[in-house]
Amino acid sequence: MEYLLLQVLNGVQLGLLMFLLAAGLTLTLGIMDLVNLAHGSLYMIGAYIAWTLIGVTDSFVLGALLALPATFLVGVAVEIAVIRRLYARDHLTQVLATFGLILFFNELVRALWGPGGKSIAVPAFLNRTIEILPGVPYPAYRFAIILVGALVAILLAWLVARTRLGMLIRAGASNRRMIGALGVNIELLFSLVFGLGAVFAGLAGLMAAPIASVRIGMGDDILILALVIIVIGGIGSIKGAFIAAMVVGQIDIVGRAFLPDMLKTFMSSSAASSAAPAISQVLVYVLMAAVLVWRPTGLFGQRT
Amino acid sequence: MMAALRTPRGIATALILLVLAALPLLTQAFDQRYLLSIGTRIIIWSIAAVSLNMILGYGGMVSFGHAMFFGIGGYAVGILSAHGVSSGWIQWPVALLAATAWAALIGLLSLRTRGLYFIMITLAFAQLVYYVGSGLEAYGGDDGLNISRSRFPGLIDLRDKASFYWLCFALLCASLWFCSRYANSRFGLVIRGAKSNELRMTALGFPVFRYRLAAFTIAGALGGLSGILLANEGAYISPAMMSWMKSGDLIVIIVLGGMGTLFGPLYGTIAFFVLEEALPPVLNLVHKGWGEYWMIVFGPLLVLIALYARGGIDSLLGRRHD
Repeated sequence: MEYLLLQVLNGVQLGLLMFLLAAGLTLTLGIMDLVNLAHGSLYMIGAYIAWTLIGVTDSFVLGALLALPATFLVGVAVEIAVIRRLYARDHLTQVLATFGLILFFNELVRALWGPGGKSIAVPAFLNRTIEILPGVPYPAYRFAIILVGALVAILLAWLVARTRLGMLIRAGASNRRMIGALGVNIELLFSLVFGLGAVFAGLAGLMAAPIASVRIGMGDDILILALVIIVIGGIGSIKGAFIAAMVVGQIDIVGRAFLPDMLKTFMSSSAASSAAPAISQVLVYVLMAAVLVWRPTGLFGQRT
Repeated sequence: MMAALRTPRGIATALILLVLAALPLLTQAFDQRYLLSIGTRIIIWSIAAVSLNMILGYGGMVSFGHAMFFGIGGYAVGILSAHGVSSGWIQWPVALLAATAWAALIGLLSLRTRGLYFIMITLAFAQLVYYVGSGLEAYGGDDGLNISRSRFPGLIDLRDKASFYWLCFALLCASLWFCSRYANSRFGLVIRGAKSNELRMTALGFPVFRYRLAAFTIAGALGGLSGILLANEGAYISPAMMSWMKSGDLIVIIVLGGMGTLFGPLYGTIAFFVLEEALPPVLNLVHKGWGEYWMIVFGPLLVLIALYARGGIDSLLGRRHD
C-alpha cells in the first residue's frame, strides 16, 4: 500500500514535469499553429545553463533562478531568428526547420559543454526524506518538484484565465488575425508566449537534472512524449495537457513499478524487467492512438 | 525517352544512374571499398525515400514515422534468422507481408485524422514499434542483434558486396519504375488530386479514404523492402534503425530532393549522404577541429532549405513538363 502511494507520487512528479514541457508546446501550437520540435532542445539548454550557473554561484536555488531568465532569452532569440518566419508556413516546413534546430542545438551543446554528461547534485537542504504520512518516507527533492510543478500549473491557469496577457493568448488561440486587426502587437505577444514556453521547458529540464542527468539529446525523447500529451489532451488546451500529462505519468511509473512483478508470473525475471519499461512506453502510444481514433482532435481539442 | 535526355534534368539523372550502376566497378578500380558501402546505403535509403514520397510527396500525407518500416522489414528478417530460418525465399515474403499488414492496420487508424494529428499519430505508431523492438530482450533489446544475411542458394550471395549492391540497385530501379507508373495512373492522379483538394475529390465521388489507405499500404510494403535490405546490408538489426530521428531524416531527404517528383528522393538521398560525408572534411579545411561539429552547419542549412528551397534539388534542374 505504501509502495503504491510512493509510486503514484512518482507518477505525479513525472506528470508535472511533462506538463511543464507540454504547456509551452500546446501554447505555441494552439496560438501560433506552430509545431516546434526544438522545444526539447530548450529543455536541454535550460538544464545545461543551470549546470553552469549552479557551478558559478555555488547555489542550486540561485543558479536555477538565474537559468530561467537565461532560457527565456534563448527562447526569444530563437523565436526572432527562425521561428517567426515559420508561423505562416505549413506543418511540414515547421517540422523540417525545427528538426534542423534540434541538430544545431545538440551539436552546439556538444561544442560548448563537451560530449560527456553532467550531473547536478540534489541541493543539500533537500537531500533527505520527509514523512508524507507517518512512517512513509519520501525523498524531499522529488516532493519539491511536485510542489513547484503544481505551483507553476496553478500560476499558468491563473495567467491564462485571469490576466490581460492570458486574455490575449486565448483570443489569439481562437482567432489570430482578428486580434491583430484589433491592434494587438502580435509579434510581441508571440515572442512573449514563446519565451514563456522556453522558461517552462527550461524549468522542467533543470528540475529533472538531479534525478536523471544532463546530457545531449536529453530533450529528444521526452519531447515526443510531450507531443503525445498535447495530442491526447487536444492541441491548445492547457487543461487537456494537464490531464493527459497526469495520465501518462501514471502509466509510465505504474508500468515500471508493477509490470515486472506481473510479468514474472509467466516469464523469466530478467526478461520481465527489461520488457516492462518498453511495455509501459507502448501503453502510452496505444492510449494516444485509441484517443485519436475515438476523438480525432484529442480530448479537449477544438472540433473542426 | 530521347527527348527527356535533352533536358538538364534528363542528363543529370541519366549520369547519376550510370554512375550508380557502375559504382562497384568504379570503387574497385580506385580501391575505395568504403565508398561502396556508402553507395549501398544510399540506394537502400533511396528506396525508403521513394516509398515515403509516394504518400508524402504525391499525397500530402506527412507521415513522421516512416522509419518504422525499416524496423519491421529488418526485424522480420532478423527474428527469422535468429530462429535458423535463413532462406530469403521465406524471410523476404514474410517481412513484406508484415510491413504490408502493419501499414494497412495503422493506415486504417491514422488516416481518420488530418494535418498535425496525422503527423503525430504516425509518429506515435513508429515509437510504439520502436519500443517493442527495444523491449524484445530475446532479440538484443536496445543493443540490437547480429544476424546472418538472407540466403538465396544458387541465385545470389548477399555476402558479396558487389552482388548485394547490384541487387539493391535493381530494386531501386524497379521502385522508381513502379513509382512513375503509380504517379501517372488514374489511382495516382486521385491521390494527387486529394492532396490539393480533398473536398473536391470527395464531391467528385472518389472514396478518398480508401485510395489513401491503398497508397499508404503500398508505401509501407516498399518501406518494408528497404528495411529488409538495410538489415542485410549491416547484417545487424537494432531499434536505432527506426528511431524517430531516422523518420525525420527521411522527410529531410524528400524535401531536399524535391517533393512529389520522381527522382527527387534519389537526388535528396545522395545530397544528404554527401553532405554528411563531405561537411566534416570541408569544415576542417576552414578551421582545424571544426569538422567534428558539422551539424552546427547542417542544422541551419535544413532551416534554410525548409524556408527558402521547398522545390528541392529537382527545381534547380529547370521546370517540369508533366
